[in-house]
Amino acid sequence: MSDKNVAGSDFEPRIVAFFCNWCTYTAADLAGTARMVYAPNARVVRIMCSGRLDPQFVLAALRKGADGVLIGGCHPGDCHYQEGNYKALRRFTLLKTLLAAMGIEEERVRLEWIAASEGDKVQRVINEMTEQVRKLGPLRLEQIHQIEGSHHSAAQVGKHAVMEGAV
Amino acid sequence: MSSLDNKHNGSARVGVYICHCGINIAGKVHIQDVVDIAKKLPGVTVAKEYKFMCSDPGQEIIQEDIKKGLIDRVVVASCSPLMHEPTFRGAMAKADGNPFMFQMANIREHVSWVTKDKGLATDKSKALVAAAVARVMFHQPLTKTQVPVNPNVLIVGGGIAGIHAALTMANAGKKVYLVEREPTIGGHMAKFDKTFPTLDCSACILTPKMSAVRAHPNITLWTYSDVVGVDGFVGNFKIKVKLRPRYVIEEECVGCLECIEACIFKHGKFKDEFNVGLAKRKPIYVPFPQATPLVAVIDPETCAYFRAKCKKPCADVCEKKAIDFNQKEEIVEVDVGSIILATGFKTFDASRVARYGYGKYPNVYTSLEVERLVNAAGPTGGEVVLANGKKPKSVAIIHCVGSRDANSNKYCSKVCCMYSLKLAHLVKERTEADVYNFYIDMRTPGKGYEEFYERLLLEGINFIRGRVAEVTDWAMTPDEEEKLVIRAEDTLVGKVRRIPVDMVVLAVGMEAQPDADDVRRMFNISCSHEGWFLERHPKLAPVSTLTDGVFLAGACQGPKDIPDSVAQAGAAAAEALALIDIGHVELEPNTAFVRDEFCSGCRTCMNICPFSAIAIDTEKDTAVVNGALCKGCGTCVAACPSGALQQNLFTDEQIFHEIEGVMNYV
Ligand SMILES: Cc1cc2nc3c(=O)[nH]c(=O)nc-3n(C[C@H](O)[C@H](O)[C@H](O)COP(=O)(O)OP(=O)(O)OC[C@H]3O[C@@H](n4cnc5c(N)ncnc54)[C@H](O)[C@@H]3O)c2cc1C
Ligand code: FES
Repeated sequence: MSDKNVAGSDFEPRIVAFFCNWCTYTAADLAGTARMVYAPNARVVRIMCSGRLDPQFVLAALRKGADGVLIGGCHPGDCHYQEGNYKALRRFTLLKTLLAAMGIEEERVRLEWIAASEGDKVQRVINEMTEQVRKLGPLRLEQIHQIEGSHHSAAQVGKHAVMEGAV
Repeated sequence: MSSLDNKHNGSARVGVYICHCGINIAGKVHIQDVVDIAKKLPGVTVAKEYKFMCSDPGQEIIQEDIKKGLIDRVVVASCSPLMHEPTFRGAMAKADGNPFMFQMANIREHVSWVTKDKGLATDKSKALVAAAVARVMFHQPLTKTQVPVNPNVLIVGGGIAGIHAALTMANAGKKVYLVEREPTIGGHMAKFDKTFPTLDCSACILTPKMSAVRAHPNITLWTYSDVVGVDGFVGNFKIKVKLRPRYVIEEECVGCLECIEACIFKHGKFKDEFNVGLAKRKPIYVPFPQATPLVAVIDPETCAYFRAKCKKPCADVCEKKAIDFNQKEEIVEVDVGSIILATGFKTFDASRVARYGYGKYPNVYTSLEVERLVNAAGPTGGEVVLANGKKPKSVAIIHCVGSRDANSNKYCSKVCCMYSLKLAHLVKERTEADVYNFYIDMRTPGKGYEEFYERLLLEGINFIRGRVAEVTDWAMTPDEEEKLVIRAEDTLVGKVRRIPVDMVVLAVGMEAQPDADDVRRMFNISCSHEGWFLERHPKLAPVSTLTDGVFLAGACQGPKDIPDSVAQAGAAAAEALALIDIGHVELEPNTAFVRDEFCSGCRTCMNICPFSAIAIDTEKDTAVVNGALCKGCGTCVAACPSGALQQNLFTDEQIFHEIEGVMNYV
């Protein structure tokens, strides 16, 4: 990881994408089958459901050098496990507040509902996000320190979001 | 078995295998570079490349390395795990490796097929391989659990597809529950007089199958019914079906139809749905003479008894005392192991293309209406007549209404060219009218289809190539008076033509059922953009869905003619039979588990589990996951405040290392 924290014209954003197995991962496969070319900046980590997304995964990605994180799940009402995506949405909302408090631009972390048939949406969202993050430039060192410092509380916020929703 | 105690041990030996997939991957990724990087990754003892890893020789490379003791876990970088994960897991198991010590890096669908630059594609491949290796270091040997498959099957929709699937399953000795929402089975095919390209009589080939369904000892037929609840999973679904009251006791009714004669309405007065509005029916009716079951239905919306007073002559005349105005809706519950959806299609609403004048000019018909007109059992006894009762002297058939049109549906409905040819033939036969077919392209692939087109050309049917601009009654010449004028560009001649006709037939396309979205949600499957149910794979799993145990048949999956619908129904039945014959399903062992020592008994997980799979062990005050109920979404794992819950195959450790891995080689 050499010149990562130096903004430059050749800056290539690094994006980690967490896609649920049933809709968004399948959509990304469809984009492939249909040869829809898009920016190579996002790397997909497959999870069974967006409900599996622990907010700490997002923080870990940013800490390890990602400039942006994309979360993809089934459309509301479509989750293979009924409501995992609602839980994801709730956690995402709280996580955003936390990221804002750390001074991390909100465009860096994005949640999208992408159905299994929406290969074109995978293409569009990844292209869009790559451009957006490119404009923002790399995640800065002090932001990374912020994440490291508030690691614990971040995790807790994520959990509370869910507990709250559970009752 | 399922614990994290075994931190990735220093002795892990990973084999990495990079697939060329012919040129599919190798054409876009520098394979050797990826192999070189893989060799340097911690834990990797073997890194190789091969043309087709999924082929037998490809699998043997892995198997030999396992047998030689070179590796105890495997990463294959090739296509999507949704495609070949089972293949490679199976190969490992055959070589006595544990199939779950495996991870795939998707460098085809997610890299080579979607990336322009070879260098960047190679970088991305390296990152995905690094991630898979980092993760597989933390994999644990797991075993699949088996659950028995209930041999009963639910079939939804009693069109030709549902009927064929039901008979196939029932003839194989399986118990079938067939649910149809209309008062009769038969679907669209029951409305046709003849079927292309053979012109065999639709009723003659369909009604024996309908009767066979009704008579079959293995089939329970519920018409006028809806599925209202689906629970469970492959092999063990719990289904709730609502039987709507028809106010006629089905077991008693002998189909004499005396009740309909006796009704206080002497003539039909209400829209006859079966005749697509071309005729009127009484409040008590049967959709058509061969309706199956041949049991009358009383429509509470129009029956006088439900609105005011009526002496119920229908009930009096019934010797079997089958009329029961107190009938209530009933909910029945059944257990099945597999489900076949065969809910069919709806025709495009022609009034959406205003310029063709449907609903404005009485002599503009849809093709489905004309199917009823040419039907000997239809409202006109098979006569093709105009609104004024006279025979048309000229008829225009406009193809592709609601198909191949950016304003409605972009797709081709596949059957319209063929049924337009059929209708052209039948209309000409019945009326001797001049028939003009306005088409964009003639699409007649299929056995005997092109030959049918040739035959029509010889029969003197006129074909004009070009999209019709409008249908109007605005006469510009005397011979256009009192006529409908078709204005269309004739692209073969290269000029705009005006052709006056008496009757216009709109060849409406096929669309997904309006409630397809609700149905697919209930059965937990997906739809394409256009609303068709989505198959698991367009070529290799065309009747399966992403939900195991739920299969598709007929036009609910996309526009299709009868031969294709029947073929697909047979395929869906075969898939369901295969499932039943094996007798059990193996569940992916990606269930959640609790590490007691970290669990504080807070019950967060218990409350958010959508499957009620988590309970509290009251003695220890810790959570316990019921592996048979857990479906492996991992929502509880993300919610656990103390990290006590973990998910097999998706532990925190595995995911954290995967994240680290993708960031390593960007
Ligand atoms: C005008 C026209 C003419 C045609 N002519 C020909 C021809 O000559 N030859 C040919 O090969 N093909 C022809 N076709 C195509 C043919 O109609 C279809 O291939 C065939 O009907 C598909 O059968 P299916 O069983 O899949 O669907 P359908 O016939 O639509 O049957 C679906 C059944 O499911 C029921 N259903 C729907 N939703 C539910 C639900 N939620 N719960 C319970 N039940 C439900 C419906 O009531 C219906 O009975 C023609 C099509 C049209 C529009
Ligand atoms: S399975 Fe896609 S969000 Fe739950």
